Formats: sequence, C-alpha cells, structure tokens
Amino acid sequence: MEEGRKKVSMVIFSGEMDKLFAAFAIATGAAASNMDVTMFFTFWGLRALKKDVGTGKSLFGRMLGLMYGGDINRAGPSKMSFGGVGRWMFKKMMKAKNVPSLAELRQTALDLGVKMYGCQMSMDVMEIPREKLIDEVAACVGVGFFIEQAQQSDFTLFI
Amino acid sequence: MEEAIKVDLELDLRGLSCPLPMIRVSQNVKNVSTGGVVKAIATDPGSLADIPSWARTTGNEILKTERSGAEIVFYIRRVK
Repeated sequence: MEEGRKKVSMVIFSGEMDKLFAAFAIATGAAASNMDVTMFFTFWGLRALKKDVGTGKSLFGRMLGLMYGGDINRAGPSKMSFGGVGRWMFKKMMKAKNVPSLAELRQTALDLGVKMYGCQMSMDVMEIPREKLIDEVAACVGVGFFIEQAQQSDFTLFI
Repeated sequence: MEEAIKVDLELDLRGLSCPLPMIRVSQNVKNVSTGGVVKAIATDPGSLADIPSWARTTGNEILKTERSGAEIVFYIRRVK
C-alpha cells in the first residue's frame, strides 16, 4: 500500500448480477481514482469468485452446489429473474448498451490492482474449498482481517 | 484569441458506458508524460460529471470540455 493513498473496503454479501455489477463498478471506479480497494466476499457473494465447477461434499453441500452452482456468469438479477430469462434479458440489454459483462469488470478490477478475499467461514459452511475459487483470490480470511482493513479505510460498503 | 490545445493522445470512448469511460481515461493518462494532454471523446452523458470528479480525486486537470451533439470532448492534462 502506498503511503497517503485513500482506501475503500467492501463486503460483498450478495450474489445477484445487479448487486455484483454495482460492487465491481464502484471497485473499478475507486481503483481508477487511485484508491486502494479491498473486496471481501462472503456467503452469496462468493459466487463472484467461483470457478464454473460443482461444489459440496455433504448432501446439503452438494444440494447447495447444484441449486446455487456456477460462476459469476450464472448470476441472475435480484428482481425479474423469471427462472433465468431475466439474466438472459439483462445480459442482452447490457451488451446492446456497451456495458461490460461482470466477468470483464472483475478482470478490469484485478488489472487495476483491486484485492479480492474470500470469507473462510462461509467457504467452510458452503463447502467451497480454495481451489474452487479463481486463482487471483489474494487469500481466504476472516472478520478480523476485514476489520483491520476497514479501520484503515476512508469508506466502507456492504453490498 | 483561444489557443489550440496540443494533444498528446486521443481516446475514443464513444459508445462506452459507466464505469468504462473513467477507467479508460485513468489507464491512458499514464501513457502521456506529466504535463501532457489527453483528448477523450465520450458519448456517455454520465461522464460529464464522472470525468471531472475523477480529475479532482486524482489531482489531474480538465483544460476544456466541449459538447457537439451527443459527443462530449474532454481535454485532460496529466498533472502528476
């Protein structure tokens, strides 16, 4: 971290397309404004870091993996989901308006130096081991780490 | 009268939506030396507020903003 730079820390709790879009737009915007950006992904937000692979060991874990499987491209909108039709519709409309996809925006965030962390506890609960997350994840950490980051930050967001 | 601004790099941001215009500007301003000028042409109406905000937060300077039809042209000087 460079001395004197401003910083933002974000908790990404949601896994829906629209909320993830807001999160990555803010993260890339902050990084482009010379801020240090920490994104802490927990619970449903972990989808944004997942590879497109199945997860889960126990019966419930595998069910969760099935019902909530897939990677960032599988995220649907929080409203008007219509069993997948909403996702398709939004993707089409966003593409027509030259809005980047979530995967592109995540890559841009990584290119700009945004640090992404997985929440170890929710990874344990949801049976998503480290190797099922993308390689770019900086580390899998807990709330203590986030609090330290948040204390050093100029603003924090929970999405 | 008005002096022509010497442009070091021209950026075509037409058709791009938030947050891309601002991100492309921030990435490309690094490609001119300090004091150099980037001319950026955008069509996103939001960039009219975003690019000047970006310039203030990063300590760069908007020399001039022009509008012609749907196009917004920024002349941005790299300060640091």
